[in-house]
Amino acid sequence: MSSVAFVLLAILTLAAALAAATLQKLMHATLSFAVTLVGVAALFFLLGAEFVGLVLVFVYIGAVAVLIVFTILLTRRDVGKDRGANWRGVLLAIAVFGGLTWAILKTRSVAIVVPDVRAIPVKRIGEALMTSYVWPLQCVGLLLTAALIGALVLVMEEKR
Amino acid sequence: MINDSIDGFLHRNVKFADQIFVNVKHWLLSWLTAAPGWVVQIASSLVNIFALLAVFLSLFALMSVLERKILGRIQNRYGPNRVGPFGLLQPVADGIKMLIKEDIVPARADKLVHFLAPILIAAAAILALGVIPYGRNMTPFTIDGGILFFFAVGSTTELAVFMAGWGSNNKFSMLGAMRAIAQMISYELPLIITVLPVVMVVGSLTPDRIVAAQTGYTFGLVPRWFVFTPWGATAFILFFVSGLVESNRTPFDVPEGESEIVAGHMTEYSGFKYATFYIWLRGTLPRTRIDQIMNFAWKFMLPMSFTCVIAAAVWHYAGRGLRGWLWSLFVIVVVYTILSMLLDTQRKFAPRVYRFAE
Repeated sequence: MSSVAFVLLAILTLAAALAAATLQKLMHATLSFAVTLVGVAALFFLLGAEFVGLVLVFVYIGAVAVLIVFTILLTRRDVGKDRGANWRGVLLAIAVFGGLTWAILKTRSVAIVVPDVRAIPVKRIGEALMTSYVWPLQCVGLLLTAALIGALVLVMEEKR
Repeated sequence: MINDSIDGFLHRNVKFADQIFVNVKHWLLSWLTAAPGWVVQIASSLVNIFALLAVFLSLFALMSVLERKILGRIQNRYGPNRVGPFGLLQPVADGIKMLIKEDIVPARADKLVHFLAPILIAAAAILALGVIPYGRNMTPFTIDGGILFFFAVGSTTELAVFMAGWGSNNKFSMLGAMRAIAQMISYELPLIITVLPVVMVVGSLTPDRIVAAQTGYTFGLVPRWFVFTPWGATAFILFFVSGLVESNRTPFDVPEGESEIVAGHMTEYSGFKYATFYIWLRGTLPRTRIDQIMNFAWKFMLPMSFTCVIAAAVWHYAGRGLRGWLWSLFVIVVVYTILSMLLDTQRKFAPRVYRFAE
């Protein structure tokens, strides 16, 4: 059951990713990217990591995809224009893929058979964040506050 | 104690009564005992889905009649009263009308995106219904982070609204979608932050637990709902207003203001697609301006929702009793007063002075 689901999800994710990389219109690419993210989130769900999956949907589809859309719309005039194939990008992608594959195959943990996956309750994640990882959490909070203030400063009316 | 006897009575009778639907489902599934496990699982999900859709679609239909009736009364007319008794069958007639209307897709529209947008919006709304606990043992989709699921699914509607606006290939649609998305993003922040105090106090993201935490009565009379605490009441009001904005309801229906931009991202939708976008709203309240909405979100709603979080913490550490109640009220009142003093622009209403017309 779960392996069938995995294969289906993997096909969906990879197909959407391929579409995101190859589609001619930038908007279509963005939307396919969102579908890819949904696929990845579903994979997390399959692994029992519901929290990560939900945060992925929340942050990447609810915020990042919308941000990309806004960026495209606000900066380019030729949104609908066709782009030619970007061969340098293809080369770069192949290089990154190769590097990642090499690195993954080098690790020993690939060979380990994962025992039964047990879902970690959200409460445990919260406790870990507030105790052992409280400093990274605070740093992220500071960074986000700085970003918020920065955005405000950027759009503030200039005094003449 | 009178209390105990009432409680006992409730326990004996309600315990059976509130499980009626659960029992019905078990009875339905008992036909499938011979089938393999996964068939039963799928059948169980299907039963849940059908029950959910049936209940919510009929509720939605009823609400639309009720809303049109009441709006009609407010505006000194009768409202729908032709179809069926008291016009109760009006939604059926509307639905048939919407279904048989010609499905017009603009020639230069992006067909697929244009087609998918309403589906995505409806799907997100229905998915979000799945984690709501309707009663004891009656949460269709039990998940550890149910609250998170609710908002995660809800946040995908922004992309759907954008798809509708962009897919129509029409500048009014696009402008409307941009407004809608900007508004939704701004109000999502207070919407989620106002839920935080509840999550903090209960210590769980599961809707079932949150409901369970609010059982019991104070003085045997007032239910122990969080709405009756100062932070709960404030959070509720903020949440309600944000919810109104999120769904682009009347006072905040800027994105679809006909007088300004035709119908926003719904401009190019006809027939049933239009209905899925849920438009029958005419208001009694004047529409607010887009910059006012944004100002309201960032300058008032956001600080107030943070105040709610703090007030809930104060309530918790002051012992969750009367003392906590008063202290959290104090926090909220102080912040509200300071905030309204800061936001008061000192612009007073005065008779209009004409420079040239006199």
